[in-house]
Amino acid sequence: MSFVHIKAVFQKQIKETLKNKEVLVQFMMFPLLTVIMENLIHIEGMPEHYFTGLFSSMYVGMAPLVAMVSILAEEKEKGTLRALLMADVKAAEYLAGVGSYVWLVCMFGSCVFMVTGEYEGKEALFFLGIMGVGILISLVFGAAIGVSSRNQMGATAISVPVMLALSFLPMLSAFNETLGKVAKVVYTQQVSLLVSPASDHTAGFGNISIILANVLLVMALFGYAYKKAAFDEK
Amino acid sequence: METAIELSGIRHKFVQKKGKGYEENEVLKGIDLKVSTGEIFGLLGPSGAGKTTLIKIMTGRLKPSGGQALLFGKKPRESLKNAGGREGEGGKQTGMMMDDFGLYERLSCTDNLTVFADIYGVSRKRVEEVLEEVRLQDAKKRPAAELSKGMRTRLSLARAVLARPRFLFLDEPTTGLDPGTAAEIHQMIRKEQRRGATVFLTTHNMEEAAKLCDHVALLNEGTIVEYGKPEEICRRHNYDHKIKIRFYNGESEEIGSSAEEADKIADYFRRGMVETIHSTEPDLETVFMELTGRGLV
Repeated sequence: MSFVHIKAVFQKQIKETLKNKEVLVQFMMFPLLTVIMENLIHIEGMPEHYFTGLFSSMYVGMAPLVAMVSILAEEKEKGTLRALLMADVKAAEYLAGVGSYVWLVCMFGSCVFMVTGEYEGKEALFFLGIMGVGILISLVFGAAIGVSSRNQMGATAISVPVMLALSFLPMLSAFNETLGKVAKVVYTQQVSLLVSPASDHTAGFGNISIILANVLLVMALFGYAYKKAAFDEK
Repeated sequence: METAIELSGIRHKFVQKKGKGYEENEVLKGIDLKVSTGEIFGLLGPSGAGKTTLIKIMTGRLKPSGGQALLFGKKPRESLKNAGGREGEGGKQTGMMMDDFGLYERLSCTDNLTVFADIYGVSRKRVEEVLEEVRLQDAKKRPAAELSKGMRTRLSLARAVLARPRFLFLDEPTTGLDPGTAAEIHQMIRKEQRRGATVFLTTHNMEEAAKLCDHVALLNEGTIVEYGKPEEICRRHNYDHKIKIRFYNGESEEIGSSAEEADKIADYFRRGMVETIHSTEPDLETVFMELTGRGLV
C-alpha cells in the first residue's frame, strides 16, 4: 500500500465532492436539518434532543452508504477508476483513499450531532465512537454495492431501498413489533439505541455482538462483491 | 533494437451465457507479435477483431487464456509499476489513453493532471509544461465537462505523457476528430516518439496508420493476417506492378513495368503529355479487404 497514492485519491475526492452537489448534500442534509429542527421545534412532552437521536442514526444508514455507492459507480462508469488503476493505484489504495475521505467527512457531520445533542466528556467520546463504527459499516456496505454495480443507474436501484431500510428501520420499529424484531439485529438500530440521548451511553454484550456480526457480514459481502466484479481488473 | 512488447501465442476465450447454457467465444487465436523500442506501432482491425482484448492483456488488466505477454521483458503488471525518477521527477513505464478518456468531468484541466502528478510524484511545473505542450494552457481552469472532443483528447494525451513514460498505449486516438485536430494529435505522438517513447496505437483509420506507423499488424477475428511496414505490405499485395499516368488532356492510362512500356512512358514525357504519374499498389484498406473479405469499420 502506498500512502502517496491514498493521499492523492483522498485529495482528488475533496476537490470532486466540493463540486458534486449530489454527494455534498448527503453529507450536509441531516446535520443541517438537526440544527434547524432542534432550534425551531419544541413540543411539550417531546424527549430532549429528540431530533439529534433520530437523525444521527438515519445519517449513519444513509450518508456514507450513498456517498460510497455514487462515488464508486461514477468512477466505474466514467472510466476514471480504470485510469487510476492503470496509473498503478491499487484497488485497496483507491478504496482506502475514498473510504477515509467519506469516513472523515461523516465524522465531521457526527460532531455537529454531538454539539446539537450537547454531549460532553465521556458521553461525547462514546457517541463519536459508536457513530464512527456505524459509519464504517455503512461505508463498507456502500463499497460492496458500488463495486458490484455496472453503472450509476444500477447502483441507485440497489442503494436506495437498502439505504431506506437501514435509515428508517430504527424509527419504524417503534410502531411494529415484527419490524422491531428484525431491526434489533441491524446495526443502525443498535447505533440508534446507543447514541440516543435517553441511553445510558454504555454498550452491553448484546449490542457489541450484534454490531460485530454486522461488521463481519458487510466485510464478507464486500469481499464477495470485490472478487465477483474483478474490481482490480477494471 | 530492444524489444518493448513481446506477445507469444496469446489466446483468449470468453465464456458467454447463451440460452440455458454457456458458449465459449475465442477472441484471440494465438497472437505472436514483437514491437521494438522507439517505434510507432499500429494495430488495425474492425470492431470486434480483438484489439481491445489484446490491449487489456498487454496492460495487465486481463489474464490471457494462453500464451505470454511481456512488456520490456516483464509481465505487464510488473512493468506498470513506477520506474523511479527520471530527470528529477517520478517516471513510469506506461502511459495510456483510452477511447472513453476517463477524465474527472467536474475538475479543471489542471486538477485532472494534478491528481495523476501526485500519484506519479511529478512536479506542478511539469503539469504546466504538459498543458502548454498540448495547447490547453488557456483552458486550464475549465472543467473537463466543458471541453470539446478535441480538447478532451488532448487532455487525455497530456495525462498519458505526464510522467514521460517509456511506453504509450493509445486506443483510437483520433476517432471522431476533425482533420486539423487529428493532425495535431499526430504531431504530439511523433514528438513522444522523438523523445524516445514506444507508441502502440489502435485505429480504424488506414490513412492514419500508413502516415504515422513504422509497423502495423492487421487483426481480423482474433488472428494477425498481415504484419510489416505499411508501404511494404502495400507493395507485397501489388500484383499488377502498374503505374498510372494522367495526361494534361484529362485522360489517363495504366502502364505495366516491362522495357517496352518504359519506352512508351519516356515518349509521353518527351512529348510533354504527362501531368502526374502514380504507382498503383493497393492501399492498406484494399489489402485488408482482400485478405478478409470485409471492410474495417
